[in-house]
Amino acid sequence: MKRRDFFTKSVEAGIAAGIVFKLGNNNKLWAKTQVTIQDQYDLVAIKGGDPGAMFDRGIVEFGGIKTFVKPNQTVVVKPNIGWDTTPERAADTNPGLIKRIVEHCLQAGAKEVYVFDNTINNWSRSYKNSGIEKAVKDARGKLVPANTENYFQEVTIPKGKRLKTTKVHELILEADVFINVPVLKSHSSTRVSIALKNLMGIVWDRRYWHRNDLNQCIADFGTFHRKPDLNVVDAYNVIMRNGPRGVSKSDVTNMKAQILSTNMVIADAAATKMFGKDPDTIAYLRIADEMGVGTRNLEGLSIKRIKI
Amino acid sequence: MIFMKLSSLKRLRVIVSVIFLSLTSFVFLDYRNLLPEDWINGIVYLQFIPSLLKFINLFSLSVLGFIIILVFTMLFGRVYCSTICPLGILQDVFSFFARKFKKRKKRFYRYLKPGNILRYTLLGITTVLFLFGSILLLNLLDPYSNYGRFMTYFVKPVVVALNNGLSTILEKFDIYTVFPVKLIKIQFEILLFPILMLILVLWLSLTNGRLFCNTVCPVGTLLGLLSRFSLYKIRIEKSACTDCGLCARVCKSSCMDYKEGKVDFTRCVACYNCLTVCTSDSVKYSRQKGILSIRQPEPVSVQHKATPDLNKRKFIAGSVAWLLGIAGISMAKEIPVNEKPTEIPEKKEFPVSPPGTVSIKNFTDNCTACTLCISVCPTDVLQPSFLQYGISGIMQPHMDYHSGFCNYDCVICSQVCPTGAILPVTLENKQLIQLGKSIFVKDNCIVHTDKTDCGACSEVCPTKAVYMVPYEGDLFIPEVNNDICVGCGACEYACPTIPYKAIYVDGNAVHLAAEKPEEEELKAPSTEEDFPF
Repeated sequence: MKRRDFFTKSVEAGIAAGIVFKLGNNNKLWAKTQVTIQDQYDLVAIKGGDPGAMFDRGIVEFGGIKTFVKPNQTVVVKPNIGWDTTPERAADTNPGLIKRIVEHCLQAGAKEVYVFDNTINNWSRSYKNSGIEKAVKDARGKLVPANTENYFQEVTIPKGKRLKTTKVHELILEADVFINVPVLKSHSSTRVSIALKNLMGIVWDRRYWHRNDLNQCIADFGTFHRKPDLNVVDAYNVIMRNGPRGVSKSDVTNMKAQILSTNMVIADAAATKMFGKDPDTIAYLRIADEMGVGTRNLEGLSIKRIKI
Repeated sequence: MIFMKLSSLKRLRVIVSVIFLSLTSFVFLDYRNLLPEDWINGIVYLQFIPSLLKFINLFSLSVLGFIIILVFTMLFGRVYCSTICPLGILQDVFSFFARKFKKRKKRFYRYLKPGNILRYTLLGITTVLFLFGSILLLNLLDPYSNYGRFMTYFVKPVVVALNNGLSTILEKFDIYTVFPVKLIKIQFEILLFPILMLILVLWLSLTNGRLFCNTVCPVGTLLGLLSRFSLYKIRIEKSACTDCGLCARVCKSSCMDYKEGKVDFTRCVACYNCLTVCTSDSVKYSRQKGILSIRQPEPVSVQHKATPDLNKRKFIAGSVAWLLGIAGISMAKEIPVNEKPTEIPEKKEFPVSPPGTVSIKNFTDNCTACTLCISVCPTDVLQPSFLQYGISGIMQPHMDYHSGFCNYDCVICSQVCPTGAILPVTLENKQLIQLGKSIFVKDNCIVHTDKTDCGACSEVCPTKAVYMVPYEGDLFIPEVNNDICVGCGACEYACPTIPYKAIYVDGNAVHLAAEKPEEEELKAPSTEEDFPF
């Protein structure tokens, strides 16, 4: 090919691509690039900084939040806001981290960033006292209630063994991007609570899970088609015992860590190890792995470890 | 009155009463909990019966509401009834709108003889019952509490339904600022009395103005007795009067006996309508001349009757005896009547009263069931009871752990209770009060029956009084340490088993002290270590 031809063809191709971009569905084109960038790391683990700073650093390894969030998309960020406790008690996701994530999404051009949780304690008190209400407001995100059943829509989980149907918050089903931001902590029912367990806050009837083999239900819901696009595990302050609520500040250790992964099982396995437990001892992780949600064996995965 | 024209007093009364009615209503309808506790306290501060009860309970000079009312009554008559009492103002609202639809002829009131027997009897029985330890009649007749119940049971559901409708519409446009609120169903038995009361109030106000306030309401009657001695009174100056009868036609209390030139000030609710209509300036609102005039015989009273009506007296005596009997029932036991043992799956010996009530008896003796705590409770755990506390405690709130659980970090009910039935407690205190004990029923528990993990009860327990211990295989099963249990009911609420719960809270008749959970030092993994993967 002559040099001139190459130029003209390139320009033509460029124009064609531009037209496709303009007319076609951008998201799908982007989705392809998204996968290629995600392939770089299965797991990014950061240590030693503030929650916001660790996220700033970690997300770079995925090519920035723009890998996940495209202009004009709606994003839903799902922290743990289950408890009416203060941030230093670490029963809820760190508000500083939520603030940073919302800011990143909006900077990437997100149309709307929604934040919610189906709380266990009174929702308005939990939103407020967790510090997340203020964090979201300051970052110009939108805090959305999840306190009544009419926000939840019934979905089927075809691969579920015990959990065949459940009601999921409409924003999860509607949003373009779903970012799961659990806080790592001990848990009286499931030993640890991380990413997979955090999804109990996007469904309405948790009691059903509890009386129908909780671990199986958690794993079942992991097979649901709308999985988080990104999981950010907040392990800055960690409840080491008496979780998931904790009794006092003495239950909390300042771990100063964070884990990012697009796969919930990988994120959970890594966080479980940081917590000091073997992922094999966590029943729902074992089941989820066997059901193909993701691997709990971190060997052979591409991991980026960062210390700040 | 020197400082303003008498005819403008009515306008002042209307303005003040509308403000009080709106604020008081808002306190009960504030489903988003927008009002801070101090505001709520301020708004209901002047409510007579609650304030009186709180004064008796706390014996504190900070509770001056009822004294202010007494002073005002001594000065100007029953201004409480016209401007502060929400039930009184509600009747004015009813009759105001009713007048618009009535035929001209029927729009007007006329002088009526006082229903002295009924009103003094009701006041007497209410007082006697109260002194003998039963709050039943005070609960049923206190105008403020009745109004509270109307708001909570009849108006709030409508407001909430409207809100939820609006939120559903806005949600379609991705607007989430108006959020839906859970509508709590209330047992019909509990609504029965408020419904009857509403019918009575509606009927009396539509036909006879403020007849309710002058026959049924014990506060009206009490303040009426006091207003005999008021400094300022409504009077008719017979010398100037043209006998036009306008004042009697607008008198909601039917107490203007213009033909005789007399006003039954004990029934006057200080609405000042008469002052506005009098054309000859003969209706006065002025100080009595000299002390002697205070002792003037009242215009109409039973004593004028030649022969006493023996049947009526028998009836009254009988009623008193019967009501004392009821008081006797509630007094016979130091502790209240149990919940029905067999009907209810969880075998609770006692209902649970809210934190700050000290004991069930202390609570049921002082609560007028105004529902204020129910409407401010953020978790909906406070619900009206039916017979859980016995007849005397009808409609008084109890902790219903099937509709919610007590938030460990909340004391709002104790901060707003206007009667002191729930005494103010600090958060630190509240977290060490044991309302009841958790009872674990292993045979109902999922872990035992299904051999799967659950732990919902332990998960929500704020003190870890419910904790998990190793069970068969890898399983963990709940165990209870009632030394640190506060009886908040979170475990009962969260327990997923149906129909019967595997863990529930049985109330303490007298609240006990809960121990503070121990804070052991944490053996945490070192943060300096490298990544464990």
